[in-house]
Amino acid sequence: MMPEQYRRKDLLSIRDLSPGEILFLLDMTDSFREVNEREIKKVPSLRGKTVVNLFFEPSTRTRTSFEIAGKRLSADVINIAASVSSAQKGETLRDTARNIEAMSTDVVVVRHSASGAPAYLAGELNCGVVNAGDGCHEHPTQALLDLYTIREHKKEFDGLRVSIVGDIARSRVARSNIIALSKLGAEVMICGPRTMLPAEAESLGARVSTRVEEAIEWSDVLMTLRIQLEREAGAAFPSAREYAATFGINRKRLEGAKRDLLIMHPGPINRGVELSPDVADGPFSVILEQVEYGVACRMGILYLLAGQREEVDGGPETGGSPDGPAEARPESTEVRDAVAH
Amino acid sequence: MREELSAEQLSRTLKRLSHEIIEQSGDMTMIALVGIRTRGVGLAERLAVVIEGLTGARPPLGAIDVTLYRDDLDLEGGARRRLRKTDIPFSSAGKDIVLVDDVLFTGRTVRAALAALVNFGRPRRVQLAVAVDRGGRELPVRADFIGRNIVALPDEEVLVLLEESDGRDAIVVQDTPGFAKKHKPKEFKMPTAAPEDTP
Repeated sequence: MMPEQYRRKDLLSIRDLSPGEILFLLDMTDSFREVNEREIKKVPSLRGKTVVNLFFEPSTRTRTSFEIAGKRLSADVINIAASVSSAQKGETLRDTARNIEAMSTDVVVVRHSASGAPAYLAGELNCGVVNAGDGCHEHPTQALLDLYTIREHKKEFDGLRVSIVGDIARSRVARSNIIALSKLGAEVMICGPRTMLPAEAESLGARVSTRVEEAIEWSDVLMTLRIQLEREAGAAFPSAREYAATFGINRKRLEGAKRDLLIMHPGPINRGVELSPDVADGPFSVILEQVEYGVACRMGILYLLAGQREEVDGGPETGGSPDGPAEARPESTEVRDAVAH
Repeated sequence: MREELSAEQLSRTLKRLSHEIIEQSGDMTMIALVGIRTRGVGLAERLAVVIEGLTGARPPLGAIDVTLYRDDLDLEGGARRRLRKTDIPFSSAGKDIVLVDDVLFTGRTVRAALAALVNFGRPRRVQLAVAVDRGGRELPVRADFIGRNIVALPDEEVLVLLEESDGRDAIVVQDTPGFAKKHKPKEFKMPTAAPEDTP
């Protein structure tokens, strides 16, 4: 597999991407890491460009990561939290986005509780759209930074064993990661209580286990997911304490683990639920590396999307790209109805 | 494609450039070479080896990628340029930096390199060494050390080939239709205001 140029206007899902495009984005991340290690962590490449973080769901880590990424590239970054914006006054998603674009925005980073909302906006807007998490669908930048972190430690994906533990069915992080890992040749196992495993688990090409000890022994990489206590306690599992007792990763459970196991978590951690504190801060954990690489990963994506805007809009000076115009965009009427009221 | 310099001539040119760098330098211990990616890095390595042969000490080497400092991100393919790492393993503060590039043309790459360099400390002096000066400057930039002056037509591309990356050492001029157009800055259009600006 060779890296291939990323020529899209948007980043909406991992499912859209070829393995070569994923590798290209990982290589971009590698290049931008160096900027974050400098004494002066800023380059002028997106000077005069505007990035809008449009978040209809609360987020600290992802929003901050995009904000830092944009600022290190010298873009102007505006944060809009839906709870304080016109969404509360009844404005539709489409109108909100079109107003933002009318202010000459170059990239809109969207998080929304409705799956497909970013894809819908990408079809409506000329500017680049980044999916920063949509419903139970995908969270492509999280998967990319996870893959980058894995590659830093394991070098190759081919034949690598990665298990994902937690609420797989409702996790966009898990979905994006399962798809991305499979595309790059890794083997994936999903593990959790039956109520948290997706009905179509096997169709995603993943093994299934309901015993966390089995997943630990099998794995080169163990991805733990956040248990959404606020939404699910009492529904998908009886209590946080029972989840921790059955599926929580603690030092005792890790006795059967490979010596070079990696433990990951997309944050924020419920300490003592998904991971015991000594494991979260322990030698297997690469959780803070994930956060660090996330900034470099998002710098690469903002740079690519903001830099390609003119070309997509007005057409290049010398002929179009060999692949023809911007890629076809999903125009599902279902999504339209779901988000446009 | 015509060959302007053979491997033998290129090697002699690099020796002469090394002599000039040494001659111009007040204090060789302060000299550091920084190659501009991609070909400038290979050239800087060659110069460092020759300088070591002449003085007994190899000057520190760095590599700089100017992609993020360019002013043509919006031109065709701007953001598609392959981004490589900047690697300056020493503090440039107080040093005499010699920037090394293959071909000096518009001067825009050098401007970007200077903008990048100041992020790594304040050098005492910065000089520029190039294998080829082909004229056609769009900025007030000049080189301190020039391997060869070459006159080329607007649609001709001057290439410095190095064994390690291109299989052989040479400087060639090649016909590249569209090369001049690629370098032409895009016409600037004032944004037109909406006829009636609604509040």
